[in-house]
This record gives sequence, C-alpha cells and structure tokens, in this order.
Amino acid sequence: MSKTSNINRVDGFAKVTGSATYSAEYKTPGVVYGCLVGSTIARGRIKSIDTKKAEWAPGVLAVITHLNVDKPTGYQKVKDKRNFGQPLQIFKDDSVLYYDQPIALVIADTFERMQYAASLIKADYFKEEHSTDLQKAADKEKKIDTEKGNDYHRGEHDGYKNAEVIFEAEYTIPTEVHNPMELANIIAKWDGNKPTLYTKSQGVEGTRRSVAGVFDVPVEDVSVFSEYLGGAFGMGLHTWPYEIAALMGAKKLNRPVKLVLHREQMFTNVGFRPFTIQKMGLGATKAGKLTGLTHEAVAMTSSYEDFMEGTVNMSRFIYDCANVSTRYRIVPLDTCTPIWMRGPGEATGSFALECAMDEMAYKLNLDPIEFRKLNYAEKDQEQNKPWSSKYLLECYEGGMERIGWKNRKNEPGSVKEGNWLVGYGMGTGTFGCYRSPTSVKAKFLPDGNLVLQCSVNDMGPGTATMMTAIGAEITGLPVENIIIEMGKSGLPKGPTQGGSATTSSVGSAVHDACNLLVSKAVGLASGTLAFKGIPITELTFENGVISSKKNSSKSVTLASLLTANKLDELTVENLSKADEEAKKYSIYSFSVHFVKVLVNPNLGKIRLAHVVSCADIGTVINQKTSAGQMYGGAVGGIGMGLMEALEIDHRFGRPINNNFADYHVPVNADIEKQEVFFVNKKDPISNPMGTKGLGETALVGMAPAIANAVFNATGKRVRDLPITLDKIIETVKV
Amino acid sequence: MNFITFCDLRLLNLLEYPSDFANLKIDRMASKKNNPKEVTENDSNSRRDFIKKSGLFTALAFTPPSLVMASENKWDEKIAEYLETVPLSIEVNGKKHNLNIEPRTTLLDLLREQLQLTGTKKGCDHGQCGACTVHVNGTRILSCLTLASMQQNAEVTTIEGLAKGKKLHPMQEAFIKHDGFQCGYCTPGQIMSGIACIKEGHANSREEIREYMSGNICRCGAYHNIVDAITEVKEGGKEL
Ligand code: FES
Ligand code: FES
Repeated sequence: MSKTSNINRVDGFAKVTGSATYSAEYKTPGVVYGCLVGSTIARGRIKSIDTKKAEWAPGVLAVITHLNVDKPTGYQKVKDKRNFGQPLQIFKDDSVLYYDQPIALVIADTFERMQYAASLIKADYFKEEHSTDLQKAADKEKKIDTEKGNDYHRGEHDGYKNAEVIFEAEYTIPTEVHNPMELANIIAKWDGNKPTLYTKSQGVEGTRRSVAGVFDVPVEDVSVFSEYLGGAFGMGLHTWPYEIAALMGAKKLNRPVKLVLHREQMFTNVGFRPFTIQKMGLGATKAGKLTGLTHEAVAMTSSYEDFMEGTVNMSRFIYDCANVSTRYRIVPLDTCTPIWMRGPGEATGSFALECAMDEMAYKLNLDPIEFRKLNYAEKDQEQNKPWSSKYLLECYEGGMERIGWKNRKNEPGSVKEGNWLVGYGMGTGTFGCYRSPTSVKAKFLPDGNLVLQCSVNDMGPGTATMMTAIGAEITGLPVENIIIEMGKSGLPKGPTQGGSATTSSVGSAVHDACNLLVSKAVGLASGTLAFKGIPITELTFENGVISSKKNSSKSVTLASLLTANKLDELTVENLSKADEEAKKYSIYSFSVHFVKVLVNPNLGKIRLAHVVSCADIGTVINQKTSAGQMYGGAVGGIGMGLMEALEIDHRFGRPINNNFADYHVPVNADIEKQEVFFVNKKDPISNPMGTKGLGETALVGMAPAIANAVFNATGKRVRDLPITLDKIIETVKV
Repeated sequence: MNFITFCDLRLLNLLEYPSDFANLKIDRMASKKNNPKEVTENDSNSRRDFIKKSGLFTALAFTPPSLVMASENKWDEKIAEYLETVPLSIEVNGKKHNLNIEPRTTLLDLLREQLQLTGTKKGCDHGQCGACTVHVNGTRILSCLTLASMQQNAEVTTIEGLAKGKKLHPMQEAFIKHDGFQCGYCTPGQIMSGIACIKEGHANSREEIREYMSGNICRCGAYHNIVDAITEVKEGGKEL
C-alpha cells in the first residue's frame, strides 16, 4: 500500500466548514432572483398568459414569456449531438410539451418577492390529448435510427426458444429521478456579449458548447464555473432550459440572475431514469449451460428528443452464450427528456437479466452463483476480444464469504430468524471502461507546491482527491503540497464527468503530465553545475528534491533550480489519450452485490440486514474515496430496488409524489449493515494506472440482488420495481 | 384596514401574516432607536421605480387624487417599508445582527441570501431533507421551516460557527477522517444533526444513530461513514 492509497478527501475541510462554494453561492454583487413558472397541462398550447399582476408586484424587474422574449439567434441552428432531436427551446413559442414546462420567468430584487410574484402568473391553454403512460403507449414504439439502435444477434435469432429449459418473463422499472441534494441552480450574467454561468454542470466544456450554440457566440466567450456540485448522478449531463432562461433574464436586465429550481421542478424539468419494460427469454440445458438469451427493452423518451441508453448491452457479453438477441425501442411521451441516471441503462438492464438468471437457476435447481459460474464468459463474445482483466470470480468469492452465503437455502422461505423470513440474493453488474482525451497542466512553483489544472468537475466521487493521490505518487510530493484547480473554463480541457471515465481519463492525464514535468525538472537540473558529469539517468526526483542516485549528498531543490533559472514556474501541459493497444481488448469493470434481507410475512416489511458490494475496478487509487463511492452506489441501487418511483397521474400527465416526503429515497435507518470489498488488481491494459471505473458499476446489480433475496426469503417474485411491502403482503402466506 | 386596502396590490404580501400587524409599529420603533444603521440596510430602492413604471396607471384609474399625490411623494414607499418589514435582533455564530426583514423570510433564506452564510444548504425548502439543519438556542431545527421573524433574540449556530479558525470541531474532524460525505451538500446538515444527536442522548448505538439521523438525506449515500463518524465522536466523550 502506498502512502497515497488511503488519503482524506482534499476538499474535506471546505465541505465540513461550509466554505465550499456551490453554484448559487458565488457572491455576486447586484444579483437578482429568478424563478420559473410551469405549465399546468401536459400538452397543448398557451391560449393566454396573464403576467400583469406579477409585473406589478413589489420588486419585480421582469417577467419573460414566449410573448416578449428576445429569441436567441441560435434557436434556428442549435442541435445537441448527444441526443437526437432538439432540446426544448424555452419560450420559443406557445407550445406545451410536458407538465410543468417553464412558461414564464419572473425576476425580482429579493427571493421572497420573486416567489410571491411567481404565484401570480396565470395561464389559459388550448389543451391537447397527452400521453404519459408507457404501458398504454408501448405499441407506439420506434427504433432509434443509428447503429447503436440496431437489433443485435449472435447465433440464432431468439435461439433460447429451442432450449431444453426455457424461461420467459417481463420486468418493469418505473421512472426514477436523480434528485441530487443540491437543487439545479445557476447564477447567470453577461459581460457585453460574453455569458458567464455558475451552474450545476457535469461537463464544463459541454455546457460551454451548448450555450455558445443557443446564443450564437464563440465557445471561447462562454465562461462556466462548476467547481463544487452537490451531487448530480447524471442530471448535469444536459444543458437544461432553466440555464438558458437565466441567461435570457440576465441579458434582458443586464444584471446577474440567480435561479434555483424548486424540489418539485427537479422531478419534472431536469431528466430522469426512464420507465422501461423489458422482456427476457433464457434457454439452458438441464445441466445449467445457457444456450440462448434474448433481451428486449422498450423505454420512454420525450416527444422532442430521442434518448437511448445501454439497457440491453450487458446481456450480449456478460455470460457465455452462443445465441443472443437484443432489441431496444423507445416511445415518445409527453414528458421532459430522460437523462442518464447513475448506472444508467446497465442498471435497468441488469435488473431484468440478473433476476431472470436467478429465476432460471431456481428452475434448474441450481445455486444462483453456481449457475453463473457454469456460464462464465472467458472472453467478450460480443466484440470477440479477450478481457483486459476480469476478476469477477473473486468478487463472487469475496461476497459469499462476507454475507454468509453458506447459510442460504435454495428453498425459498426455509430460513427464519425469530418472526422474520431470511433471504439471500445477489446480482452482477458491469460497466465499460472508457478514456477520453484529456489535457492537464502541471506546474511546479518555487514554494514547493505542485499545481494541477483541468476543467473536469468533481460532483462528489473525489476527482480532486484522485488527482492529488496520483500527483503525489509520481512526484513524491506530500499531498498537502498539491493544489488542484478544476471545474471551470479557461483551464486545460477535461472530459465530462460521467460514464465512470473520470479516473481513467483525467487520472491518466495527471499521471502523464506529472511524469513529463518530473523529467523536465530533472533535465533542467542535469545541466547544472551540481550534477556535472552525472548522466541524467542517474538523477532522481523525490519530494521536490533532485539528487544523484549514487551520491545523495549531491542534490538541488526544485525551488533553487527555479530561482537559478529565473523561472516563476516549471510547466507542462499535455494531452493524454488511450493507445491503440487498448482497442484489442474488451475492458470492463465488474461488480457483485450481495444482500441479506429479513422479511416480516405479516407486514410485508423488508429489512436490509446486510449488504455487501464487491467490485473488480482494476487498481484502487484511493481506498477511502472509492469505498465511499461504492457505498453510495449501493445505496442508490437500494433506492431503485425498494422505494423509488415517480408516480404519474395519467389523467393529467403530472406527478403525484414530486417531493421528498412522497418520493422515497434511502435514509440512514434503511440499511442495517453495509460492507464493500475491492479485488484491487491492476488492469494491464486500461490506462497507466490500471483502473477501470467505479461510479456506475457501484449501482448496477443492486436492485436484482434485493429482488432475488426477497424471493429467497418469501417465494414471492416481484418483477416490477420498487419492491414495496404491498407487493409482498399480497401473496406471502403466514 | 382601509389603509391596507390602499396599499393593496403593492404591499399585500403582508396579509399572509395578519398576526404580525399588531406588533409592527412598536417593534419597528424600538429597532430604529437601537440600531439606526443596520435598519436601512435592507431598504429596497426599487419600489420607487416600480411605482413609476406600473403603479401610476392603477393609481390613476382606481384611486382618488390625494393618493396619487401620496404615490408621487413616495409616501407609499415609506408606508410599504414600514409595513413590509419587521425588526429582528438575532445572534448568528456569536455575532449580533439587528435587521429589518420581511416577515415571510425563512431563517434559511436569511442566512443564505442576506447574511451570506451559504454553508447551510437548501435541499427541499419543505422540511423533508435536513440539509438546512442549524442549531437555535442549542437545539437542532430545520431553518427552511422556521420564519426568521419568529427567532427574536435567538442564538443561532450554523456550520460556519463550529470551527475555531483552522481548528475543526470534533464532528467535522470525524467526518473528514471517516469520509462521511461525497459531494458535501448534505454535510453541514448532517454535522449539525450529528452533534445534536449526541447531545440529545440519541447516539448510544449504531441503530439509534441511524434512526435519529434519518431526517437528513444523503443522496450520495454516505450513511455508513456518517454513522462511523458520529460513533467515534460519541465514544471520544468530548464536550460538544
Ligand atoms: S431544506 Fe430544509 S429540510 Fe430540506
Ligand atoms: S454527501 Fe452528497 S448528499 Fe450527502
């Protein structure tokens, strides 16, 4: 274990003292307060909108609607390439495309006056028939017109149907909402034609591009600050209409505008995990060899953007199987566009796949882990490539031991503790390891500090801490001497934080930049008198001192080296990207979640007595923050499994439970005992550090683990999430 | 009430808090006398603007000429100021503030938007998440559900008030050591709740801590580590 492998979060002090500055907290002189008023119908047109009362209310500075807005010139041109279709153009016209779509922006001089004035806006509508129920509209499905949207077949189409033992079932997951604790928020201002956003974005560069597109200004003129994010979980992967609205307001008033969504608006305006219906077909020999697997998914999107995620992808490679078919379709509904929510499609897909695997194991009378081992994939059959590394079996073993798998009985309902039925379950997760081109600037300062700069964000996983750990490891400098500058434009370009790719991308770039910087320092030193006659290969760099390997009395400090060379700093800026070798391999992280549940058969109450989350993520850069991320991913999966569902009243197309009292997320009391375990073996291919990514796979597989444990406890199979007590109590016999 | 009717459209937010009317006059006077300086701090300069822009039309249409005069002479502004705000004397992290605030201002918004103490977070504004937890007179409360105007002479401690310079409070130290957070947004609320949880005598087991910390949502899911941190502080037995 190196000295950087278990360090405290470097932004810990700022976070525990309240001095970390989140977007709406930048001190901005002259800031005024904006608020969005939403439509009260799910589809139609605005007949009239009465803004008079609001305009006359005390302190009101502006009310902007489609009737008086200065339409940004980019409205004609903009296209968001991440999705297909057109992001909602706020205040573009009188059309209403979903419930609570913003129809007015009210700006006042104080927060209270803004709130009050917003309550005075009234609108009338020409209502049109809306459609918000995926289960009713599933026949309107369409294929996404790209290669990724194509059906996949290996071997025989729907080959499972010819198997000795066949299992078929349908699984549904409801809409879930990211709901980071920090509300979506922005302070927007203009300096002439140059916009500045202090906003909740997972991608500084992406936000700059989107804003530049909408307002038709050069990307370089857009400044974005997003230094601290109070969580996002995918919600910050899109530039949302509220951000554009705040910019419009700021432009109109020529004053900074602060706009913070209400928690209710977080449920309707900034994306969600889409309601998805999945059909599974599994075929196996009686001995337990999978011979066919078909995975089909139908998911919702909005009426104006096509959204897709990797729901069916895991089924193509995670198990050894000759005949695999997958199919993915979307149905446009009258809602806001979904956006990837932690784990994204893979979490949805693993619920269906890993439940179906469990169900098939029971059918074959096999232990679920035995069944998986019988179908262990020695290579990636989808891409026909070897794994770069795969320690999935170690995850199984680590989890079985910790959860006490030996106490599990295959017969449901056969283990009891007092009045509680005991069940054990597991679910497998996986997520691809990606690496985006990333620039990092590393500079040594005469005071002995190392500054690392990159525009990447840290929404919570500990990116700054990871960068510090890698920087310290390579330069030998103490952690305290490393300064991270990140999360804003004007720095070397980093990737969007998402898809578990940050450590692989930014960590590698830090690694490379620091190595180059050390070489540069050593090169500079080798030319000095102190090292005359000593070949450069015999010089080392450690903790800010360059010395001769053979004779450590010969040394110079970095500070004196800089002074001698009249340098204010020694700098390297480097663009780092994946090498060709990596393309020959299939690189994935793997996780296995284990759950022990206690179910009260009379009340249907489910207790999570013990949760163990195991992962093969390659090298663990920092045990402390990685464990935190794994705990957190597991908690997210627990929400998915047991409580989260956005309920829509389809008569009106609007949510019923758009608040934290009614939309339940896990709280401290919900999990009795939690553990994490990392295999922690370096991947030889993925990147210089050998990491594979954690954020997503930390969640993937948890929901099925719970469903499988509940079945093991009760014999009741719940195929529609979340597993609430009403679904248990229906059939469990006392 | 006639008087109020005149101010009607402009001043009316007050009607939501009728019970405050009776005390307005006296309190306001008292406050002016004690702290002439801070009293003007929150005065708005936009009211006059507003009257110029829109009020005049209404005034001309619906009010007798004498009242139009009143408007022109900025009487309405004075009246509005008089009626719209209430004096508040409050101590935050040991610092006394004498303010005039709108009666509908919550303690949370007062802290964040007027006193620039943004360490206390807004996660829901409905008392459902715990992010806004602060101590008032030593007890944890949800500042989003607390009208600032009702905290006359209260002593408030926020997350900014825990550390003594660079010297962290034991609970802050424990949160760092046990990594009791990720994004850090729920953290001020968790820490304020964690301290109270121990002081209330509700930290005698992990189970009890989990129960009494369940009013504080952590969407990053740092619960396990939060319990570790609180357990350590409790077992450390230090005076909190
Ligand atoms: S902001 Fe007060 S409880 Fe959520
Ligand atoms: S640390 Fe992010 S919500 Fe708790």
